[in-house]
Amino acid sequence: MTLSRDDVDHVATLARLGLSDMEKDRLLGELEAILGHIARLQNVDTSTLAETAQVSDLVNVMRADETVDPIGAAAALRNAPASDGSYFVVGAIQGSDLDA
Amino acid sequence: MTPRTITELAAALRDGSTTPQALLADAQARVEQTDKDLNAYLSVTRELAEHQADAAARTLEEHPETASPLCGIPMALKDVLCVDGIETTAGSKILSGFKPPYTGTAVQRLFDAGAVCVGKTNCDEFAMGSSTENSAYGPVGNPWDIERVPGGSSGGSAATVAAGSVPYSLGTDTGGSIRQPAALCGVVGFKPTYGRVSRYGLIAFASSLDQIGPFARTVEDAALVFGAIAGHDPCDSTSEPRGVEDPLASLRAGVAGMRLGIPREYLGEGTEPGVRASVEAAFRVLEAQGATLQEVSLPSTDVALSVYYVIAPAECSSNLARYDGVRFGSRVERASLTDMYLQTRGAGFGNEVKRRIMLGTYALSSGYYDAYYRQAQKVRTLVSQEFEAVFKEVDAIVCPTSPSVAFPMGSRDDPLSMYMCDAVTLPANLAGVPGISVPCGFVDGLPVGLQVIAPRFEDARVLRVAHAYEQATDFHTVPSPYASRAA
Repeated sequence: MTLSRDDVDHVATLARLGLSDMEKDRLLGELEAILGHIARLQNVDTSTLAETAQVSDLVNVMRADETVDPIGAAAALRNAPASDGSYFVVGAIQGSDLDA
Repeated sequence: MTPRTITELAAALRDGSTTPQALLADAQARVEQTDKDLNAYLSVTRELAEHQADAAARTLEEHPETASPLCGIPMALKDVLCVDGIETTAGSKILSGFKPPYTGTAVQRLFDAGAVCVGKTNCDEFAMGSSTENSAYGPVGNPWDIERVPGGSSGGSAATVAAGSVPYSLGTDTGGSIRQPAALCGVVGFKPTYGRVSRYGLIAFASSLDQIGPFARTVEDAALVFGAIAGHDPCDSTSEPRGVEDPLASLRAGVAGMRLGIPREYLGEGTEPGVRASVEAAFRVLEAQGATLQEVSLPSTDVALSVYYVIAPAECSSNLARYDGVRFGSRVERASLTDMYLQTRGAGFGNEVKRRIMLGTYALSSGYYDAYYRQAQKVRTLVSQEFEAVFKEVDAIVCPTSPSVAFPMGSRDDPLSMYMCDAVTLPANLAGVPGISVPCGFVDGLPVGLQVIAPRFEDARVLRVAHAYEQATDFHTVPSPYASRAA
């Protein structure tokens, strides 16, 4: 398993993780070592095995279609870095380096 | 002097020899004395605790017969558990100052029982780690040797019980984060069956693996706390609807006639000789009490570590997408939204969290999903099947909790060597089965833990085996140097 610096750039972009060049260089080596270890997964014959996404036996958990009191805008906005009292406030959607 | 247990304190509250306020003052004084060294707390919730102690005193006075054994007893919460209006950081800079607008279910059930919350405990950032060295707020010291780690990720919750400051605390266990620090700090740590305790109000790391559970000085105390927090919760869709067996009913039933399995893969080359000797002596204690011990095999143990380090990072990369600087947590201002995301997340997360987000995002990315994530999910099925097969032969598994005793801070700076710490705890999370760690000896003054694992929903059986072992030994009564000093 060889990972390239381009792979690290690509994954960091997918994860919306702003990393310095130094961090990317370090992660390249660390991720290669971890993926090298994880590679042993490929040696297991899984041709007859189904995937396990979760271990409970529960399927399609539903609740009654009844209105419950929501948390309310004031409480929901209390921890927001920026809000106008009824909305979360964020910067422009366009104009990122990633959009170029 | 050995710090008192919940059971002992509950009796003292009822015979009039102490009050909730006095117990709280005592716990606060111990935290003050020890925490400059230990750094076990991220916040001390003085106002909340005093209010709860006063309320508990009223309950004990008005309804002494019906009051819960937990009423008026001080405790601490890992800082991944939300409490309404109380700062909850998950050990991360990105959540600095975050005050949840609600209290999680497990915590609320303790509060309803009259618990007195002394504070929020330090942990690895977003519960990712095995040493509590990944906290953004500094590492936690082990009360047995301050230069060594307490284990992790619930290191603060383990250390404060080991230091004798509180008789119990809550932690969370995704790959061993309750059991491993319990072993390294010489206390009891119990991870219930997945789905037994609601995760509502628990800051998510890996949702298919996370489970809340107690640290305590005795198995009986752990059973008491488990009984109080377990049970169905409509706010968590993975919460199990079937009723909970009273964990105290069978606690003293003993192990005579029980078949216990020792997985040969759990005592492999990586196990330190002192740990092996302590655990093998524990096997003989169980045998002397009438249990039959036999070797069993969980052949995929080695590959389970790889399964875990695909699935847990994959789920973490998805769960931690919510920290984007919009709704809560810190924000690094930038003109564009995308740049704000990048800079906020780059500045707010620590190294281990970034590493796992990268690993998980990679394993889920186009072109690698089948080879990593899907393959790991299939091998997870195999891990579960092997547990099921073993539990046809034996009633429970007994083994070490950690291959090593507490190691010196800074000695495992390579991520892979840190990941190996969880080799014999994380398979239980993959299979969703319950597990406990109970003190079973010392190597050069450092505690060793015996792990007991049983089939899903056999939480009471785990507690019963651990209790039988504990009652035949006195390792759990040995106070750490910090507990002796504080007492």
